[in-house]
Amino acid sequence: MATSLEFEAPLSELQAELDKARSAAVVNPDSGRNADRLQAQLNERLYVLYQGLNPWQKLQVARHSNRPHPLDYLRLAFTDFTELHGDRCFGDDKAIVGGPAFLDGRAVMVVAHQKGHDTRENVRRNFGMAGPEGFRKAQRLFKLAEKLGLPVITMIDTPGANVGVADEERGQVEAIASSIAEMCSLKVPIISVVTGEANSGGALAIGVADRILMLEHSTYSVASPEAAAVILWRSAQRAPEAAEAMRITAQDMLNFKLVDMVIPEPLGGAHRDATGMALTVRDTLIPVVTSLVSMGITDLLEARYRRYRDLGPFTGSDL
Amino acid sequence: MDLFRRRPRHLSLPFGEHNQQEEPDNLWIRCPSCNEQLYEREYIDNLRVCPKCRFHFRLSLYERLETLLDAGSFEEFDKHLRSSDPLNFRSEGSAYADKLIEYERKAGTAEAAVYGSASVEGVPLVVAANNFAFQGGSMGVAVGEKIARAVDLAVSRRVPLLTISASGGARQHEGVYALMQMAKTTAALSRLSRVGMPYVSLLTDPTVGGVPASYAMLGDVTIAEPGAFIGFAGPRVIEQAIRQKLPPGTATAESMLAHGMIDMVCSRAELRGTIARLLRLLTGASYPRHLEDQASLPAEQMAAGMHIERTGVGD
Ligand SMILES: [Zn+2]
Repeated sequence: MATSLEFEAPLSELQAELDKARSAAVVNPDSGRNADRLQAQLNERLYVLYQGLNPWQKLQVARHSNRPHPLDYLRLAFTDFTELHGDRCFGDDKAIVGGPAFLDGRAVMVVAHQKGHDTRENVRRNFGMAGPEGFRKAQRLFKLAEKLGLPVITMIDTPGANVGVADEERGQVEAIASSIAEMCSLKVPIISVVTGEANSGGALAIGVADRILMLEHSTYSVASPEAAAVILWRSAQRAPEAAEAMRITAQDMLNFKLVDMVIPEPLGGAHRDATGMALTVRDTLIPVVTSLVSMGITDLLEARYRRYRDLGPFTGSDL
Repeated sequence: MDLFRRRPRHLSLPFGEHNQQEEPDNLWIRCPSCNEQLYEREYIDNLRVCPKCRFHFRLSLYERLETLLDAGSFEEFDKHLRSSDPLNFRSEGSAYADKLIEYERKAGTAEAAVYGSASVEGVPLVVAANNFAFQGGSMGVAVGEKIARAVDLAVSRRVPLLTISASGGARQHEGVYALMQMAKTTAALSRLSRVGMPYVSLLTDPTVGGVPASYAMLGDVTIAEPGAFIGFAGPRVIEQAIRQKLPPGTATAESMLAHGMIDMVCSRAELRGTIARLLRLLTGASYPRHLEDQASLPAEQMAAGMHIERTGVGD
């Protein structure tokens, strides 16, 4: 079932009128011209609306159930994706998918969080919240990519790493920590694309990269705004306020220079045009991968090290 | 032991007065674990461990360093390094920048971690420790930078690294900057293997969230204090997620040991000796180390790295 976005409510009348005109247009050309006029009006209003989204609204767009997810991108923007399963320790975490695929004819390794488009699929995928098995599967695929010289592309879309007794017992903290460590030293280029919401260590565990790209309405946060509001004010109800104060939008991340690029979404968000979004992502990724594979490994690793080691700002240093 | 009774001045830490725990003479406190009434002076002399049930009370940063390090050996670096509030975070008219001043006054340190050089039973090392009294030992930019600088210092001096964790997690007020400290500290650690120096991570109660999900769980040897809570999420958050009371023993030092996640649970009285012994063992190389990434180290560093001397072992 598709999410209905509260802030789009003012457009629903216009949308209904347009739908009516479109169906009438099948028999009446006048109605067709009317539909075109309504469509132009709707586009104009969508454009204005989406330009002015606040952080909380962007998060709702990032979480929209029709928004393309990694397996959609793998189908629409890559070819021959072959999913590999399991962490070779305990299980196969369906909240993380991965395997080799071709991007414009170049073999790459893709590792991504995977949410569902409906409740059933979401339950199967644990809403994209990975446990230690997911992060260990990711590490296995990173190492394989390094062995084979395949650039790594990760796609991030997670409310956070999973919280539970079994996850703690099987080493959630160790799995995240070693995944980050693996990425810090991995001897192939890594590109991360934030396709939806990127929250907590669960996002960073597959998010250490040479280039980080974010979709226009995606978000990045140290914890989901709901969790952050509980930590900050002991009230999940204040999540919209946390989203505002924590500067979670792609535009904020770009201003902070924490990410390298914001990829524009189709008019009215990626959920309105998955194919269009996927093609934009592909066209954006291709030159980024090409430029990174032309870098020597020493330079690449040094630049990646500096990217994270030099993260500021602070004051009062002795030096 | 007489560790806390005298007020030694040998630590160069600028602890605030309020951080030095009061030592009233005739006070009784109740052990939260076994309910036993403890004479405070006696329990302080016992390193704040209940003599009856071995429950380990939390130590202040000051007490922690004093119990572990050689007297007078700690030399703090970057004492004044502090957060500069990257998000300009404010809520309900109160600014995070103002709160930082308040935390500092309460905790006696400029940020939620300190680091510097020291020795343990004569073995030189670099130590970095969280100050839980400063906003729950949370990791923002300054804490991440101090941990990373501690690693850098251990690399440049070719001495072992010890981190002592006590943290509630990433500092929300610094948003993704705080999250990225997990990558910063981990990236820094990747260079420790270049000089073949060991990293010992000590986890104390509590060590939760971004700290164990990054550098604190990447120790070559990981030690925890008895009963310490160690996990990705705190007890309340886990209870909320599983919608039931936390099963006893979840995410404790003992559970971590049973599940193969740490090397040992070590009582407070034995920590100092255990860490010293480990450091002597782990720095006792008699065969040339084949260090990673030698090609990218400057030549003179590499030469030094190939013939690392056993520095200052023993007394
Ligand atoms: Zn007791």
